[in-house]
Amino acid sequence: MLEVSKTMAEPDNILLEVKDLTMDFGGLRAVDSVSLNVCPGEIVALIGPNGAGKTTFFNCVTGMYKPTNGAVMVHPPEGKSQKINGFKSNRVTTIGMARTFQNIRLFKNMTVLENVMIGRHCRTTTSIIGAILRGSKTRRQERETVEISYDLLEKVGLVDVADEFAKNLPYGAQRRLEIARAMATDPFLLLLDEPAAGMNPQETKALDELIVRIRDTEKISILLIEHDMKLVMNISDRIYVMEYGKEIAQGSPMDIRNDPKVIKAYLGEDSDA
Amino acid sequence: MEYFLELSSSGLVRGSIYALIALGYTMVYGIIQLINFAHGEIYMIGAFVALIVSGVLTIYGFSGISILILAALIAVIYAAAYGYTLEKIAYRPLRNAPRLSPLISAIGMSLFLQNYVLLAQTPDFLRFPALIPDFEFMEPIAHIMGSPELVIVVTSAVSMVGLTVLIKYTRIGKAMRATQQDMTMARLVGVNVDNVISMTFIIGSVLAAIGGVLVGSYIGQINFYIGFMAGVKAFTAAVLGGIGNIPGAVLGALVLGLTEAYAAGYISSAYEDVFAFGVLVLILIFRPSGLLGKAVKQKV
Repeated sequence: MLEVSKTMAEPDNILLEVKDLTMDFGGLRAVDSVSLNVCPGEIVALIGPNGAGKTTFFNCVTGMYKPTNGAVMVHPPEGKSQKINGFKSNRVTTIGMARTFQNIRLFKNMTVLENVMIGRHCRTTTSIIGAILRGSKTRRQERETVEISYDLLEKVGLVDVADEFAKNLPYGAQRRLEIARAMATDPFLLLLDEPAAGMNPQETKALDELIVRIRDTEKISILLIEHDMKLVMNISDRIYVMEYGKEIAQGSPMDIRNDPKVIKAYLGEDSDA
Repeated sequence: MEYFLELSSSGLVRGSIYALIALGYTMVYGIIQLINFAHGEIYMIGAFVALIVSGVLTIYGFSGISILILAALIAVIYAAAYGYTLEKIAYRPLRNAPRLSPLISAIGMSLFLQNYVLLAQTPDFLRFPALIPDFEFMEPIAHIMGSPELVIVVTSAVSMVGLTVLIKYTRIGKAMRATQQDMTMARLVGVNVDNVISMTFIIGSVLAAIGGVLVGSYIGQINFYIGFMAGVKAFTAAVLGGIGNIPGAVLGALVLGLTEAYAAGYISSAYEDVFAFGVLVLILIFRPSGLLGKAVKQKV
């Protein structure tokens, strides 16, 4: 049922186009001219050993770092293409790319529902004057925000705990809440940084179904960093492999599995993963 | 008993004023961990603007309550502009600098604004007209609590409730709490953190200006230096209640105001500051995070 998509042959449209991205920290080149594309309806994985520069790559794409060199281009389904190097993160999110973190970063002292509602912030417009006057537009927007947020919680299975504080949720649920919050920003691309980290096998399985469901029913493309090879091989359409800041391979899960460079660099000589 | 009630009323009034100013300190600290030492100056500027506006309006033949409302409104707009600009030029460029840099910048802005008003206006005390009218229904208890006192306490209470509702239930309030908890993440879910911080300064400045107008009218005179002591007291109140905590700032301000009033009334007005700061010292010894503050775990 988690069949690999067959539409892998050169797609004509691209959502995220990263060209020769380079990021230096002083004398250290953390990312060295990496290029990567994500197309509509794809699940793309970025893998590589610890310290390969995957998270740095994510940080460059989402505006947390300003890349030293190269271009991050977005081609949103609606709206114009633009180069987003050095845009602040909130602008990147407003354009339509949302991310989650390797270590969970929820707003711990807010409720589950409020965490998702915050994600709607960039899609709503109520000003402070509006909040005081509470006109019909404000009230309609607030109602919509609550409805959309409940809807998303339904999708990730957290409706029952909507009024709990985020910090009181079990680990797997916190992960799903992070994804729901990212989805609340109406992205066309979701960047997931090790979504399965620290999860047990059941949770991982539920997660991999959730990711595929987001792609299929919400029409959101996915770019993920992951170490859980089973998950990566299961759901990815294409895989990029990084090592020491460089891109060493890309291709379908089958190609990657059989690529001698990848096996040597990442999976280990004897691994049959 | 009556003497006690009088003192309580006076303490309540002081506390309400401290609270209006302390809220600005505590909100800003809560969001960007900066002690905005120039906040007291915003309060002083609010009072000056109200004085000037009320003078002009009196010449044009306005009277009573309309002067109070218009003067307060213009003072609030002025102060909001000052608060916004202050953040923009003195703190925003230092957002990623070590914590000491914006603090020094804040002290610099405080001195600058004091001296600016000193030069632009006058070093002398100026008479401030009693803008708050006397209500008849307060007549019977006027010796305990008069109309100005009532207006101050009610205005402060309404402002605080409004602020609490704003933070708890509105879109901008949620964005503020999100920014407070994790600024990077707030940006990543699409919150324009710079706007949220500007808004925090604006709200704080508005409250301070309201305080400035009320105090000017109540005390009857102002000068360029009133912001300093008010700022120190309000800061004390914010620390007393647990800095960064909004109900804490109000509670701290009331404790401080009442302590001062009782100390002045039962002992000697020369000792009111001694008692006010004595309470601060005691609370910091026994509850270092303040009355309602949570103990902060330092991340290493």
